[in-house]
Amino acid sequence: MKPMLPELMQTHGVSRRRFLKYCATLTSLMALPPAMMPRVAQALETAVRPSVIWLSFQECTGCTESITRSHAPTIEDLIFNAVSLDYHHTLQAASGHAAEAAREQAMKDHHGKYLLVVDGSIPVGDPGYSCIAGISNRDMLKETAAGAAAVVAVGTCAAYGGIPHADPNPTGAVAVSEIIKDKPIINVPGCPPIPVVMTGVLSHFLTFGVPKLDDLGRPAAFYGETIHDRCYRRPFYDKGLFAEGFDDEGARAGWCLYKLGCKGPTTKSVCATVKWNGGTSFPIEAGHPCLGCTEPDFWDNGGFYRPLSVPAGDFRKVGLAAVAAGAVAGIGGGMLAHRNRAKAAAEHEEVDAHDLEKPS
Amino acid sequence: MNNPYFDLLMWARGPAFNIALFIFVAGIALRVVEIVALGRKRDLAPAKGNPVAQGLKTIFTRSVPRKGLVAYAPITYIGGYIFHMGFFVAFFLFGPHIAFIDGLIGVSWPNLSRVIIESAVALSVLALFALLYARMADPVRRALTTFDDCLVWLLSLLPMVTGYVAVNKLFGDPTLMLALHILSVELLMIAFPFTKLMHAVTFVMARYYNGAIQGRKGAQS
Amino acid sequence: MTATLERGLNALREQIDAPVAAFFSSCVSCGICAEACIFYRETHDPKFTPIRKLDLMRRLWRNEYTLFGRLANMVGLGRRITDDDLSAWEELVYDSCTMCGRCTMACPVGNDITMMIRKMREGMSAAGHGPVELIGAAQRHSDGSSPMGDLRKALRARVKHASQETGIDIEFDKQGADYLAIFSAQEIAEFPDVIAAMARIFKKAGVTWTVSEDAYEATNVGVQIGNRDIARLLVGRIVDTAEKLGVKGVISPECGHAYQALRWEGPNLIGRPYTFEVVHIIELLDRLRAQGKLKTTGKDTTRLTFHDPCQINRRGGIDREPRNLLNMVADDFIETDDAGTMNWCCSGGGGVGPNERANAVQSKAFNMKKRQFEKVAPDKIVTMCAFCHHTLEAQLDDNNMDIEVQGLTELMAEYLDDETWERGPER
Repeated sequence: MKPMLPELMQTHGVSRRRFLKYCATLTSLMALPPAMMPRVAQALETAVRPSVIWLSFQECTGCTESITRSHAPTIEDLIFNAVSLDYHHTLQAASGHAAEAAREQAMKDHHGKYLLVVDGSIPVGDPGYSCIAGISNRDMLKETAAGAAAVVAVGTCAAYGGIPHADPNPTGAVAVSEIIKDKPIINVPGCPPIPVVMTGVLSHFLTFGVPKLDDLGRPAAFYGETIHDRCYRRPFYDKGLFAEGFDDEGARAGWCLYKLGCKGPTTKSVCATVKWNGGTSFPIEAGHPCLGCTEPDFWDNGGFYRPLSVPAGDFRKVGLAAVAAGAVAGIGGGMLAHRNRAKAAAEHEEVDAHDLEKPS
Repeated sequence: MNNPYFDLLMWARGPAFNIALFIFVAGIALRVVEIVALGRKRDLAPAKGNPVAQGLKTIFTRSVPRKGLVAYAPITYIGGYIFHMGFFVAFFLFGPHIAFIDGLIGVSWPNLSRVIIESAVALSVLALFALLYARMADPVRRALTTFDDCLVWLLSLLPMVTGYVAVNKLFGDPTLMLALHILSVELLMIAFPFTKLMHAVTFVMARYYNGAIQGRKGAQS
Repeated sequence: MTATLERGLNALREQIDAPVAAFFSSCVSCGICAEACIFYRETHDPKFTPIRKLDLMRRLWRNEYTLFGRLANMVGLGRRITDDDLSAWEELVYDSCTMCGRCTMACPVGNDITMMIRKMREGMSAAGHGPVELIGAAQRHSDGSSPMGDLRKALRARVKHASQETGIDIEFDKQGADYLAIFSAQEIAEFPDVIAAMARIFKKAGVTWTVSEDAYEATNVGVQIGNRDIARLLVGRIVDTAEKLGVKGVISPECGHAYQALRWEGPNLIGRPYTFEVVHIIELLDRLRAQGKLKTTGKDTTRLTFHDPCQINRRGGIDREPRNLLNMVADDFIETDDAGTMNWCCSGGGGVGPNERANAVQSKAFNMKKRQFEKVAPDKIVTMCAFCHHTLEAQLDDNNMDIEVQGLTELMAEYLDDETWERGPER
C-alpha cells in the first residue's frame, strides 16, 4: 500500500500549516470560492493515490523538466508524489521490456481509473518517426487511452501539436485530441507549462474531477486572461513607452516589449501572475517578449520578433507588384481615355451660332 | 487543435492583408496614373502669377476654412476637422500602428499615450456620428448622399470601434477582436480606390490644380 | 448642322482633362460648395448645390474616362446620359450659376467647380440646351458685331460725343497707337460716359489709344453659353484688329467675362499667344497711378462702397488695384462684408442676367447683395464691370433702394487733376 499524503508530509517535514496554505493558494488559483478550501484540503488528504501513466511522444522533455525541477522538496513535488506514477520514460528506473510490462500492468490493474498524462505530439504522417518499444506513438496512445479515466495533454505539443506541428510539419504531428475522441481531455499548454499549473490541474482532477475548460480545452482558471492584461509592463504600453531594441534605454527601463514582437495581448496564461521558479520571474520580466506558447500554432503566428500589428506575409513584394500593376493599368486606362478624347476631338464639327438650337 | 481566432488573425495579417494591400496600392496607382495621364493643355495666356508656387501653397492653405463659411455649416466643418484629426492621431501616433508602418516601410516616429489616442478616437467617433446626423438632417447633404458616402462612413467607423474594443478588451476574445480590427482596416483599404476615400490622395492634385489655375491669373485661391 | 445630344456629349468629352478627373475623384460630397453659393444661400434649395450641377459630367467622366467606370459599364452598371437629363440640368447649369467662383474658393479639397461648369456648358450648348437669350445674342454677335446687334453707328455717335465733350480727338483705327480700346455693349448702350473718362485720363497720362469698328465689342457670349468655336470667332476679331493696327495692347473694359474671354481664354482659343498685351482698364489705371501719370485732386465725400466683379477679382486676380485707385479719391470708403476675393456676385453674371427663365431665382439671389448694402448704407456703389453695374442698378431699383452705381473709371476721371475740366454737380 502506497503512503497517503499526511504520512508523506510527515516524512518530508512539511507542516500542516504549510499544507493548508498551499490548499488556499490552489483554491484561489483554480478560481474556486474560498469556502471550498477545507474541501480541497480534505480531498487531497484522503485521496487514494491514483495510478498515472505518463506517455512522452514527440517532445523535448521540457515539460517533465518543468514539473520536476525543484531544488528543494516543494509542495508541488509532494503532490506529485501523491500520485502513483506507474510509467514515465524519463523518471522510471525500469527499462526495456520491464518498463513496458509496468505500463501494461498498471493499465490492467487500474482499468478505467488511471489518469493518462501525455506530453509530445503524435506523428501520423509517418508513424515511424516516433516509436517506443516498436509501438508507434499513435497505437500506444490509443491503447493506453482506452482504459484511462481522463487524459491530460501536458505542454503545447500534446495539446495542439506544438513545435513538431510547426510548418511544414514534416512528421504529420497532431495533438492528442486529434486522435482521442472519447475521453475527457484536459489541455495544459505551455512550452513548457508552469509547474504549479500542472499540479493545480492534477489537484483539481483529484478533488473535483475535470475542471471547467475553455474552447481550446484549457482549464479556464489558468487560461482565462491574457498575459498583456496582467503584465507588470502594461502601464508602459498605456503610456506609449516601448522598447525598440533589446539593448536600448527603453529595454533597460523595462518598457513594454510590444514592438519587439510580444504576443502577450493574444496569449492566455497566468505567467504574469504566477510566474516561474517559485514566483521569481517570467519571460517578459526577463526582458524577452512573450512568444505566445500557450496558443495553438504559436510557432507559426507571424514571427516571434514581429509586432502583432505588422502583417505576417511577404507584403513588400506584393506592394511593389501592386505599384507596377496599378501603373500599367493606369497607363492602359489613360490610353483608352486619350483615345476617347482624341476621337471626340476628331469628330468635332465646328459650331456656329446657328447650330445652338435644336431642330424643332 | 486550432484556435479559429488565431487562424483568423493570421489570415488577416497574412493573405488578407496582401490582398488588401494589392488592391489598395494598385488601385491608387491606377487612379492616380489615370488622372495624370489625361494631362492638361498648355496654357498659352501669359501668366500673371506663379502657378506652380501657388498650386503648391494651396495644397496647404486650403486646409483652413474660407472666412465666414464655418458658421453656415458648423457640423460639417467642425465635425470634419475633429474626425480627420482624431483619425490621424489614432492612426499615425499609436505605438502598434507606428510599428505597423515601420514594419511596412521602415519609417517610424514617436508615439502618444493611450489616453490621448483613445480620447482622439472617442472624439473622432462622436464627430462621425455628428457628420452622419448632418448628412441625414441637412437637405443639401442628404441630397448629395450616395451609397458611397454611407459605405465610407461605416468603413471609417469600424476600425476605430474595433480598435478601441480590441485594446480595451471590452468584449469578445482579444485575438478575435484584433483580427476584426485588422480586417476592418483591410476593408477600408479595399474600398479605398473605388470610393471617395480616394480624396485622401487626390486632394493634393485637386488643390494643386485649383491653386495653379487661380495662381496663373494672379488670383487668390 | 443642328444641335444634337451626340454633339453635346462629344463636346463634353473633349473637355475632360486631368484637373477634372482629379476634382471628381476628390469630391467627398460635404456640401460646403452649397454654403458658398449665392443661389443656394438665398433659396436654401439643395438642388442648387454647385457640385450637383456637374453630376452629368461626372457620370460621363466615370463612364468613359475611368477604367473602373468602363468595367462597371460592361456589367451594365453605367447609366447613359439622355437628352432629358440635359434638359433637366439647364436650370442648374445656366439659370442658377453665374460662374462666380465662390464654390471654387470654398471647396475643402480644392475642386474648381466653376471651371467645370464652364466645361459643362460646352456640352449643354452643343446639345442645344443653351438659354434662348444667349443663343440669340450669339447669333446677333456672330452675324453682326455685337450681341445687341450692330452698334457701330451708336459707337461712332458715342465717341463723337465724347470727343466734343472733352475736346479730345479720339481717332478710329489709328495705326501704332499704344492701346486698342474695346467696350462692353452695356457701356455703349447704357454707360457711354466711360469713353470720355478714358479720353481725359489717357490724354493726361500721355497714353495713345484708338477704337475700331471692326472690333469694338468686348463681351463674348461664346464664353457665357459655353462654346469654344463661337468664343474663338469673337476673340479672333479683336486679335485680328489689334494685330492689324499694331497696338501694344488691348484694353479690356469694365466687363467681367470679357476679361476672362480675352485675357485668359483667348490665346488658348486661337491656339497661340497674342503679339500684344491685354490689360484690364483698372489694371492700366493703377499702373498709371504707380507711374505717377494718374493724379487726382479732391475727394468724393459721399459714402462709397465697392463691388468686386467676380470675373475680375476672384477669377481675374485684380483685387488691390481698384482699392489703390479708390483710396485716391474716396473720403468715406467702406467695404461690405466679404469684400474682395470672396465678394458675393451681383447675381446677374455668367449669362444669368439676360436669361428670363432665371429672373425669379436671380432676384432672390440679389437679397444677399441687398442685405450687404443695407448694412453699410452707402451713397454710392462703385464697380468695375458694366454688367455688374447694370445688374446692380436694375436690382436696386426693383428693391426700391436709392443708391447710385458708378464705374470706377468714371469716378477716377471725375477727380482727375485736370485744370481744363469743370467738375462737379453742374457738369
